[in-house]
Amino acid sequence: MELCPLIKNILLLDSEGKRIAVKYYSDDWPTNSAKEAFEKAVFAKTQKTNARTDAEITMFDNYVVVYKFVQDLHFFVTGGENENEIILAAVLQGFFDAVGLLLRGTVDKKEALENLDLILLCLDEIVDGGIILETDANVIAGKVASHSMDAGAPLSEQTITQALATAREHLTRSLLK
Amino acid sequence: MAQPFLKKDDDHDDEADYSPFLGIEKGAVLQEARVFNDHQLDPRRCSQVITKLLYLLNQGETFTKVEATEVFFAVTKLFQSRDLGLRRMVYVIIKELSPSADEVIIVTSSLMKDMTSKTDMYRANAIRVLCRITDGTLLTQIERYLKQAIVDKNPVVASAALVSGIHLLQTNPEIVKRWSNEVQEAVQSRAALVQFHALALLHQIRQNDRLAVNKLVSSLTKGSVRSPLAQCLLIRYTSQVIRESASNTQTGDRPFYDFLEGCLRHKAEMVIFEAARAITELNGVTSRELTPAITVLQLFLSSTKPVLRFAAVRTLNKVAMTHPIAVTNCNIDMESLISDQNRSIATLAITTLLKTGNEFSVDRLMKQITTFMSDIADEFKIVVIEAIRSLCLKFPLKHRSLMNFLSNIIREEGGFEYKKAIVDSIVILIRDIPEAKESGLLHLCEFIEDCEFTYLSTQILHFLGIEGPKTSDPSKYIRYIYNRVHLENATVRAGAVSTLAKFGAMVDSLKPRIFVLLRRCLFDTDDEVRDRATLYLNTLGADGAVVETGEDVKEFLFGSLDIPLVNLERSLKNYEPSEESFDINSVPKEVKIQPLAEKKAPGKKPTGLGGPPPGPPSTIDAYEKLLLSIPEFANFGKLFKSSAPVELTEAETEYAVNVVKHIFDGHVVFQYNCTNTIPEQLLENVTVIVDASEAEEFAEVASKPLRSLPYDSPGQTFVAFEKPEGVPAVGKFSNMLRFIVKEVDPSTGEAEDDGVEDEYQLEELEVVAADYMLKVGVSNFRNAWESMGPDCERVDEYGLGPRENLAEAVNAVINLLGMQPCEGTEVVPSNSRSHTCLLSGVYIGNVKVLVRLQFGIDGPKDVAMKLAVRSEDEAVSDVIHEIVASG
Repeated sequence: MELCPLIKNILLLDSEGKRIAVKYYSDDWPTNSAKEAFEKAVFAKTQKTNARTDAEITMFDNYVVVYKFVQDLHFFVTGGENENEIILAAVLQGFFDAVGLLLRGTVDKKEALENLDLILLCLDEIVDGGIILETDANVIAGKVASHSMDAGAPLSEQTITQALATAREHLTRSLLK
Repeated sequence: MAQPFLKKDDDHDDEADYSPFLGIEKGAVLQEARVFNDHQLDPRRCSQVITKLLYLLNQGETFTKVEATEVFFAVTKLFQSRDLGLRRMVYVIIKELSPSADEVIIVTSSLMKDMTSKTDMYRANAIRVLCRITDGTLLTQIERYLKQAIVDKNPVVASAALVSGIHLLQTNPEIVKRWSNEVQEAVQSRAALVQFHALALLHQIRQNDRLAVNKLVSSLTKGSVRSPLAQCLLIRYTSQVIRESASNTQTGDRPFYDFLEGCLRHKAEMVIFEAARAITELNGVTSRELTPAITVLQLFLSSTKPVLRFAAVRTLNKVAMTHPIAVTNCNIDMESLISDQNRSIATLAITTLLKTGNEFSVDRLMKQITTFMSDIADEFKIVVIEAIRSLCLKFPLKHRSLMNFLSNIIREEGGFEYKKAIVDSIVILIRDIPEAKESGLLHLCEFIEDCEFTYLSTQILHFLGIEGPKTSDPSKYIRYIYNRVHLENATVRAGAVSTLAKFGAMVDSLKPRIFVLLRRCLFDTDDEVRDRATLYLNTLGADGAVVETGEDVKEFLFGSLDIPLVNLERSLKNYEPSEESFDINSVPKEVKIQPLAEKKAPGKKPTGLGGPPPGPPSTIDAYEKLLLSIPEFANFGKLFKSSAPVELTEAETEYAVNVVKHIFDGHVVFQYNCTNTIPEQLLENVTVIVDASEAEEFAEVASKPLRSLPYDSPGQTFVAFEKPEGVPAVGKFSNMLRFIVKEVDPSTGEAEDDGVEDEYQLEELEVVAADYMLKVGVSNFRNAWESMGPDCERVDEYGLGPRENLAEAVNAVINLLGMQPCEGTEVVPSNSRSHTCLLSGVYIGNVKVLVRLQFGIDGPKDVAMKLAVRSEDEAVSDVIHEIVASG
C-alpha cells in the first residue's frame, strides 16, 4: 500500500483545453494520446464550473482532480482516489500562487507562454517524481526566480553579460513576433 | 514530421491568440540548438532554445534516438556557462531527455562537480538530476555526497537528496538502506519539508520491519513533528500500525487512538481531515471513537471551500454505509448541500442522505431530489437512482412515493445508461415488492409508449409477457403492447408479437382477441414478425382445435432454454455439417448459479434486466470457462464456487503466487496463479507439489503443470483433488513450487538451453467450511424465512466465550460460515447488549440456507448465541450447526 501522498499529474491548460505545460508523474497514462484523452475529459468536465475564487474539486475515473481557473488559464492537480483532497488542494494552491508571483500578477495565456521557462521550472520545483517537494508559493517562486549569476563569476563579467543578454532578448522577442 | 502547434486557421493578428511558439517546428528548433556549440555562449539565447525544445516535448512531440542524442551532447556543452538560469534549464532538459547509460557518463563529472558546489541551487538540482539518470554502479561513487546532502543545512539540498533516496529505494534498496542514520537525523530537522521527506524515506526503508515501524510511530506520536505533511504521513503510519496490531490486542483501549483524536485539533486542515478519515476507517470503530471525527467533518460541511466540503461529504458517505446512525447528526448540513454549486458534492450529499434517512424523511427527501435531478449529469443521476433503489428495498412501505419518483424521472430527457438504470430499478422493485407490481408495470407500459431505445423496449416487452398475465386485469396491458406493433421498428414489433402470444397462452379468456391481433401481424412487412405470428397462431391453436393451452406449449413459450447461450454458441460453432444432425442435448449445461429467488413467486426466474444486484461476479464465468477448457477437469461437473485469491507468498518476493480454490461437488481444484518477477529468469515446467497429509479426505487426482513462465507474464498451474461427494471436507495443504529455472540474457531476451531444477516454499493453504457456502443475498429476509418454513429448522444455543464486543463475535461467526449478511444486520450498533444477524447463502449441492443469529453479551463479556438454521435439507441444517460447533 502506498502511504506517501502522490501527485499523478499537474496540468496547465488554456481556455480551449490545449496544453500550456503539463507534467505527468504516473504511468497511468503511458502514451501521449492517453494523456491527451485525459486532459480532454478533465477539461470537458470542469469547463462549465466556476473555479475562479476557490479551488474546485471533482472525482473522475477514480482520480480526484482539484482545479482553479484564472483568465484563460486552467490549473489542475490530479491524485489517486484515496488521496487526501486537502493535500492536493495545497499543491494546486502552491502552483497557482507561484505562477501568479512569477508572472507578476498578469496571469494569462500569453504571459504564461512568453515565460514558459519559468512555468516549467516551477513545475520542476513543486513535485519530483510524484512526491511533493514544496507547496509554499513564495518558496517555489523564490527558487525559480533566482536568476542571478553563479556566485563564482566575477562581478564585472556578470553585469556585462547580463546587459548584453537583456538587449538580445529584446531583439529576439521582436524578431519572433 | 513536426506539427505546427497552436496554429490557427483564422486571423493571426488576433492579440488573444498570440503565442511565441506560433508555427514552431521541430526541425528548425533542432537547427537552432546549434548555438549550444558556439564558442562564445549566449545564455539567454540558449535558454530560449531549451524552452522551445521543452515546449515541443511537452506538446507530445517525440525526438528520434539520433535527434535526442544530438541534443543531449549539445546540451552538455552548456555546463561551461555559469549562468544560473541557463543551468536550471539544462538540468530540466537532461531529465526530460532521459539519456541512455553510455550517454550519462558524459555529464556525470559535470554533475558531480555541481553536487559539491558552494551554490545550494546547484547542489540540490544536480542531486536530483544525477539520481534520476544514474544506475547502480555510479551510485556507489556518489553515495558519500548523498549521505552528506541528507544532513545538509540547506533544506532544499536535504530534501533533494531525501526525495531522490525515495526514488532510488525502488531500484537500489541495499544502498539506500545504508543511509538510515542520516535519514533519522533529518527527521529531526527544523525545516518542515525535510522532515516530511525524511519521514517518508525512513518509513519506506523500514516498512517490512513491523517492530521498527511500531517504534518509529510511538516515538514520533509523542510530538516532535512540525510539518503538516509529515503529520499526515505519521497519521497514515499510525493507522497502519493500529490495523496490524488490532488482531493481537483484544483487550484494552485501542493504541494510538488518543494521538489520532489529538490530531483533530491540529491547526492545519489537511491534518485534521487526515486524522478524521483515519478514525472513520478504523476496523470495528465504535461510535464513541467516531463522534469527534464526525464532529470535525460536520464543520467542514459548511466550509466556504468546495474542497473541504467535498472531502468531508465523501468521507461521511463512506461512513454512512457502515454506521448510518453516526452520520444522522449531519443530516441538516447535508441537506443544504443538495443545492451545492459543485454537483459532485451535491450527489454525494444526496446519496448519503438516502443511506441515513429513516422511513419518515423519505417523502421530504424525494421532493428535494426532484428539483435537483433536472440539473445534474447522467452519471450522477445513475448514482442517485441506485441509492433510491436500495432505499426502497429497505423501506418497502415507501414504494409508492419512490415508484412515483422513478416514473417521473423516466419521462425526462436522458441517455441510455440512465434510462436503463431506472428501468432496472423498477423491475427489481416489481420483483421484490409485490404491492408495487401493478403500478410498476403500468409505468413501464407508459415508458415504452415513447421510448427511443430498442433494447429497453424489447426487454420491457419480454418482462411484461411474464408478469402481465399474472396480474388481476391482464387485458389492460394489451393495448400498450399492440400499439408497439403499429409504431415501432421490426425488432420491437417481433418482441411485441411474442408478448401478445404469452398473454394468449396464459389467459384463456383473452385468447380470441389475441388471435385477432396476431392475425393482423401476418401481413407485417418484416419476415421475422410474420414468422413469429404464424408460429404462435399455430402453437396456440388458432384453428380452434385446442381450447386449453397445453403444457408443452407453455413450456415452449415460457420455459427458459436450460442451456447457457454461450455454451450453445460454442457447440454450434464446433458443429461440422454431416449426416448426424446437431443434438442440443450434447451442449454442456454447466450454468452459473442463479441467485436465490424468493419462493413466494414460485417458478419465477429473476428477470431484472440488468441482472439482480447480488448476482455472482463475472469472474466466476471466466473461471468456469478456464476450467472447462482443461480436459482433466471436464468431468468434475458444475463449478460450485471459486474463492477469492489467497496469497501464498509475501509481497516483493522472487515469485508471486496466489491460489484460487475451485469447489466442485466431488472435487476441489487449486488454481495457482504464478508471476515471475525476475527479468533474468525463465521458469519452465512449473508445478506445485501439494502435501495433503493434513487433509485426510482429499486425494490428489490430477496436476496440470505450466509449461513456461516468462518474466512478468502470469501463468497458472492446477492441482485437482478428489473428495467425498457432497461432504464439506476441510483440511490443510502445504505447497512447494517446483520448476526448472533458465537464465535469460537481458539484452537479447533469449533463454539458455540448460536449466536447473529448483524449489520454492509457499505458504500453507486451507480448505474451510466457508468454501462450501456461496454468498447469495435475499432482499427480503423475512419473506424468504417464512416461505422456507420450519420443516428443516434446527435451533441450538452456543457459548462463544469472552469477546471484546458483540461486533467481533458477529464478524467471527459470519466469516466462519461464509454467508451473506442480509439487510445490513452485520453492523452492530456499539455498546449494544444483544443483536440479531440474518445470513443467507447457498450450500454445496445447491441447497438454500438461511440463518438467524441472536447474540447476547453479559457483564464479563461472555457472548452467547442462539443459532436458528432453515434450509431445504435438514442434513444441511445440521451441517451448519456442526460447523459452528467445531469452529
